[in-house]
Amino acid sequence: MELSGRTIKRGSAQGEVLATAQPISFYGGVDPDTGIVVEKGHELEGKSIAGKVLVFPSGKGSTVGSYALYRLAKNGKAPAAIINKETETIVAVGAIISDIPAIDKIDISQLKTGDKVSVDATAGKVRSL
Amino acid sequence: MMQLTKEDGAILAGKRGEAARKSMEILVALGDIYGAKDLVDVASVQVAGVSYHNLGDAGLEFLSELAKDGQVKVLTTLNPAGMDLENWKALGISEDFAKKQNLVIDAFRKMGIITCCTCTPYLAGNLPTFGQHLAWSESSAVTFANSIIGARTNREGGPSALAAAIIGKTPAYGLHLDENRKPVVHVEVQAKIRTMPDWGALGYAIGKKAEGKVPYITGLQPASTDELKSFCASVVTYGGAPLFHIPGITPEASQHKQPAQKITITEADIADAKKAIDDPVNEIEFVCLGCPHCSIDEVAKIAALLKGKKVKAEFWVAASRNTKALADSRGYSAIIEAAGGKWACDTCLAVAPLKGRFKSVATTSAKGCFYCRGSNAMATRMGTVEQCINAAITGRWA
Repeated sequence: MELSGRTIKRGSAQGEVLATAQPISFYGGVDPDTGIVVEKGHELEGKSIAGKVLVFPSGKGSTVGSYALYRLAKNGKAPAAIINKETETIVAVGAIISDIPAIDKIDISQLKTGDKVSVDATAGKVRSL
Repeated sequence: MMQLTKEDGAILAGKRGEAARKSMEILVALGDIYGAKDLVDVASVQVAGVSYHNLGDAGLEFLSELAKDGQVKVLTTLNPAGMDLENWKALGISEDFAKKQNLVIDAFRKMGIITCCTCTPYLAGNLPTFGQHLAWSESSAVTFANSIIGARTNREGGPSALAAAIIGKTPAYGLHLDENRKPVVHVEVQAKIRTMPDWGALGYAIGKKAEGKVPYITGLQPASTDELKSFCASVVTYGGAPLFHIPGITPEASQHKQPAQKITITEADIADAKKAIDDPVNEIEFVCLGCPHCSIDEVAKIAALLKGKKVKAEFWVAASRNTKALADSRGYSAIIEAAGGKWACDTCLAVAPLKGRFKSVATTSAKGCFYCRGSNAMATRMGTVEQCINAAITGRWA
């Protein structure tokens, strides 16, 4: 399988998909020290995003979320790559300042938790391994 | 994809250093996401994301990193910080918080930013003119710049505003373009709008009813700058667009026709809005005036009402340091302090670490009520400056 999208932040990564159909708030919704999703009632509550190819429709919440992604990256708990349906400002800026490869305009329903994929964000491609 | 000049392309390749490269990367990504054709020069920038309370160590680290070789290219001012930068001890701020907050300010200063921390930059030396492009964060100031002055800015986040300051440009999308500045919905105000709480409630009502569409507002009496400042804060806090047209006030309103789609704001809407903003609390522990930051005229009024009185509740006047300097020289500060009131310069009730300190607050500001409730879990009372000062003196809402 190969999916094509739009480059948000260049770079490449390989890893295991962690997917959700719900938007993510990185400020308040994810513990910045552990990378574990803490938002009550979120599909990913209790799961760690660290090192994962994180697949979600878009970001939500405070613009401070960009800094929260940066803090996750500094703590080594950031996702290996981000794949969105539609990236908005918070996640785009967060990915750029944290050097996390990111792509959007992807049909994210094609990606399931546990899939092994390689992400070439520079070319805007996601391939199964 | 956005068109970049040769120089901008070189910056993106790292020619002007790492901070400029990262900044250009942010602007290009946002420009592409929102379909901008190119970058436009900005006349000034207002940067939010200043309070250590909101930034945390991650934000501080990012700013310190950027300050290594980042320098702003245009006039850039700052939003309120998490504390009064001089008087923080009197406001109950911890040593540790103050140390971190000062490091944040140091990083901004190093980048060439004017560290007068205020949400009313237009009262403190950052006053744009009609038609200028800006990159401002701080939603109330964005709304004031667009609607009262007729300058052009989107509602930036902290990092995107900072990136615009370092490059001196911003991607041309959204409210930078004529087609997005047209009024879409006619708002006929049938209610009488007289007091500050009325203006706050009107902002709430339009915010909820206009569904984010640019409104063309008729039926209003002439308004003061202070009333408009408060309205700008309220309308955008409660979901409104950061641009409105009021014929006779908004410079470009006369270029547009009254839209056909119409909503009305009645006395009942204003009453409902006040009910929604207010909590039925009678004991008032904290009174804070200055959201947005007080003008010198507002400080004069506060001083006149407080003269010879003593406050029972914790009482803060939030303003820019410039306004305080003026108030010092006019003798207003002495009156406020003799009454037991405190200056909260450089900060405000929306960004100071207040959680758990007070159970209730009284303020003139509809926006202030939103933040006191949400992030700080206080019960809120919105009233006139007279009502708020009475509550400060008696500790009760009358």
